[in-house]
Amino acid sequence: MSENNNEMIERYRGNFLREVEDNVEEGEWVKMCMQCGVCSGSCPLGPHWDFGPQTLFMMIRAGKRDEVLAAEGPWMCTSCYNCIVRCPRELPITHIMHGLAHYAVRMGLAPKNQPTRKFSDLFWKNLKADGRVNELRLGISLYFMHGFVDGIKTALKKAPLGLGMVRTKRMNPMEFFGGHKVRDRKGFHRMLEKAEEIESARIEKGPRPGAE
Amino acid sequence: MAKERKIGAYICRGCGIGQALDADRLEEVAAREGRANLVRQHDFLCAPEGVETIRADLASGEVSDVVVCACSGRAMTSTFRFDGVAVARANLREGVVWSRARKGESSALADAGSSDSSERGEIPAKTGETTGEAEVSSSERETMQEMADDHIRMACTEIRFMTPPSPSLEQTLNRTILVVGGGISGMTAALESARAGYSVTIVEKSATLGGFAARLWKRIPDRSPCEAPVDPGIATLVSEVSVHERITVETSSKISRTSGSPGKFKVTIERCDPASGDDGSTGSRTETFGAIIQATGFTPFDPSHIPELGYAASGDVVTSSELEALALAAKGEALVRPSDAKPIKSVLFVQCAGQRSSKPGHLSYCSGYCCAASIKQAMYFQDADPSIETVVLYSDMRTPGSGGEDFYRSGQSRGIVFTKGETSAISAAGEGGGARVRYRDLILDEEVERDFDLVVLATGMVANAGVDSEANDTKTDEPDTNASAPAAIEIPVESILNLTYRQGPDLPHLAHGFADSHFICFPYETRRTGIYAAGPVRRPMDIAQAREDATGSAMKAIQAIENAGRGRAAHPRSGDLSFPKVRYDGCTQCKRCTVECPFGAIDEDEKRYPLFNESRCRRCGTCMGACPVRVISFENYSIDTVGQQIKSVEIPDETENKPRILVLACENDAWPALDMAARLRRSWSVFARVIPIRCLGSVNTIWVTDALNAGYDGVMLMGCKSGENYQCHFVKGSEMAQYRMTKIDDTLEQLGLEKERVITHEVAITDIERAPRLINEMERTIARIGPSPLKF
Ligand code: SF4
Ligand code: SF4
Ligand code: SF4
Ligand code: SF4
Repeated sequence: MSENNNEMIERYRGNFLREVEDNVEEGEWVKMCMQCGVCSGSCPLGPHWDFGPQTLFMMIRAGKRDEVLAAEGPWMCTSCYNCIVRCPRELPITHIMHGLAHYAVRMGLAPKNQPTRKFSDLFWKNLKADGRVNELRLGISLYFMHGFVDGIKTALKKAPLGLGMVRTKRMNPMEFFGGHKVRDRKGFHRMLEKAEEIESARIEKGPRPGAE
Repeated sequence: MAKERKIGAYICRGCGIGQALDADRLEEVAAREGRANLVRQHDFLCAPEGVETIRADLASGEVSDVVVCACSGRAMTSTFRFDGVAVARANLREGVVWSRARKGESSALADAGSSDSSERGEIPAKTGETTGEAEVSSSERETMQEMADDHIRMACTEIRFMTPPSPSLEQTLNRTILVVGGGISGMTAALESARAGYSVTIVEKSATLGGFAARLWKRIPDRSPCEAPVDPGIATLVSEVSVHERITVETSSKISRTSGSPGKFKVTIERCDPASGDDGSTGSRTETFGAIIQATGFTPFDPSHIPELGYAASGDVVTSSELEALALAAKGEALVRPSDAKPIKSVLFVQCAGQRSSKPGHLSYCSGYCCAASIKQAMYFQDADPSIETVVLYSDMRTPGSGGEDFYRSGQSRGIVFTKGETSAISAAGEGGGARVRYRDLILDEEVERDFDLVVLATGMVANAGVDSEANDTKTDEPDTNASAPAAIEIPVESILNLTYRQGPDLPHLAHGFADSHFICFPYETRRTGIYAAGPVRRPMDIAQAREDATGSAMKAIQAIENAGRGRAAHPRSGDLSFPKVRYDGCTQCKRCTVECPFGAIDEDEKRYPLFNESRCRRCGTCMGACPVRVISFENYSIDTVGQQIKSVEIPDETENKPRILVLACENDAWPALDMAARLRRSWSVFARVIPIRCLGSVNTIWVTDALNAGYDGVMLMGCKSGENYQCHFVKGSEMAQYRMTKIDDTLEQLGLEKERVITHEVAITDIERAPRLINEMERTIARIGPSPLKF
């Protein structure tokens, strides 16, 4: 993702609400929030993050760009949909949360060491390689997420579980080398490139057609 | 009672009465003790044959007055109504049979069935089966029978002191309505009344019709889709009013005198042209009206005495009504800064400015319209130029009405920013103009300071309700908590109606300067019969609500006119023909009645005797309860109709261990609650004797002292809630009673009785479970303190 954070700052000149409306998935809903707090109150992760949806939406309106894009909140959403179900204003909150996370990555402002963000990166890297998630490699890369020593420790701790899974044919150690792939790997990669191209062009063009 | 009276008592055996009670014994009580000239029993008295029997006896002259010993007086009322005949009701069904707890029936909810079928007496036949002899012990049967015997005695006694009420023949039918105030509410009320065929005169103080709404650029929408401000529609309304053949408009006019009563209000209308003479008066005329609608609206709150709102500090801080004036002048063109005519790029709306706060000088209430008004005004800016930043700083958004929420959403989707926060200071922004605002963002929990080109204060409504005649009374009652506060709200206290009533020149207020009306049940009924308050003079409201209000008050005014013309009471005893009669030779001119009458119905004549205005009277009986020498009575309700009932009850001597508890229950709430409890087969003490009364206010303390002297062990008064959130149908009745009852302690002491023997309860119509419980508690209290020492 190559958008220039500075370019966006320049383009919207402090009108962060408009920036979100134009660039974040379902962002045009943010202004419709009436601050009832039902979403944050319903969120199972609520007590564990810095800002819940209600606060994030208010921060967007108050133009707190840096705080919002660096916030943990969007990364903590587990897509349980509790908030969407309950929001009296029918905001697609879950989607906005993911939209914000995505936009934060694009802007290069997403929190670097936030575990779910890291997991997302690993997951994407893993998936992008062969078009299929290689669970063994994903699992092992997770073990080593916090460094080599930690990784060894975790791996040893989990060894009996892994061996058990191998024994019961739940896991094939050979997957580590190669493993399943999509049939047309090149095509898959071309597809991703094209998607990225379309997305970049859209961002380049500024506001989505239809949005004023 | 000159005419010979022949009392006929009719005992019904239906609805389970026959199975539970010994009808022959009731017949004997009615004949011997009740001295009925004729007693008949019937299996279903309310059936056509039953009613026919009564009619036949009346027609043959064998009977002149009727005692119906059957269901509660609240049931089958039209069935047992005979024109020109006094009817007393002995409440055997609800009062005795249904309210007796019997085994296996304590939760007889299903058994009670719908009230409809039990009205017709279908269910009780079934009840009869479960009342098998075996289930009821003979001693229980006996106490229940004694209760029924007493009800027969009471009804037979009551009838002897009743005469059928007849109109006084002093009525006048006058189908004209005076509307005071020519704003939206006034004009709507006038049009509605005129369309219904009544002649209307509108008196408007200013030179033109239209009121506050005429000073609006646009108004809040109240019809779907409720997305954008709409035209106030004043021009159309004004022209409709102006051309209507039954509407006369008097602008630049005031009311200098109002006397009389519904059907015959004499009103002096004075033309005041400020251009001529000192007081501006340019002649007056007096006209008679049947009813009055007061739609005098409100004055926008003036925030200049609140420094933190910065109204005086910056020219770019305006109130919402001032912004309307600017918008009206701009006619859709972009608004500019008032201070320097520069374009406006940012606007802040400060909600609840000087409102919803207990701080001195603020209004304590929510005016209910200003949230939507700010959304509307923010749209003025947004629609002119979407790049203008519009921020609404609120603590709670309140957009009542069916379209309010849609309007709010529409504002949000247009890009108005809503911020939850609390303003702490507004000041001039410095050289560049505009205003600097400091507020606390309550969501993000931080202090914010920033400049806006324009700040709009969403100020509230102050009622134009005239002089509060009771202001002095209440002030002496309350400890003066904010003595140091600046005179909170400066209402121009010039009287509007200039009533010649003894109790003050205007409608009494309830709270915060708004005209009193029965908030929950009868919003248009003020405390001056035939004068109805409509619109923001009654409570804060927006245009849509004011129009509804005006329509409602027009309807009430019409009712008042028609009732007054027939000598009938207005709500809540509507249709009642009885009115207070005074034995003037006994009156000591103590003025208690004139002071306590909640409706200002009583003036004073030249000899300083109370002068009753029949059509102002609501027939509550508060005057009767107040009169220390007991010279006030109604034909069908008097000191005797109740007092003699109390005395007719048989008081067993103390060795029998059968106490007697007198329950005086308000017919509007407590009595229906007991009736409904009986339908659900809730039971109350078999020792209680319940007598319905018009209002707690009508309880004369003589009833209580007489009851205690007669040997009753306890007396209970059950009436409606009093105070600011009163539910009393006669507004002040129950309050007056409570006040009188505070003096009863002395009496109890003189008689050497315990204080617990007399108790007052506030009972609502929904207290179906509680009302019987209260009576049972009283029975336990009596058991604890023992029998009254005054039994003979
Ligand atoms: S539930 Fe909906 S309206 Fe309420 S705060 Fe959350 S997003 Fe806003
Ligand atoms: S969907 Fe996400 S933001 Fe919404 S309640 Fe669930 S975890 Fe919280
Ligand atoms: S309507 Fe809104 S602005 Fe007006 S007093 Fe009520 S809450 Fe405050
Ligand atoms: S106190 Fe009641 S009954 Fe008596 S005059 Fe006033 S309104 Fe009529």
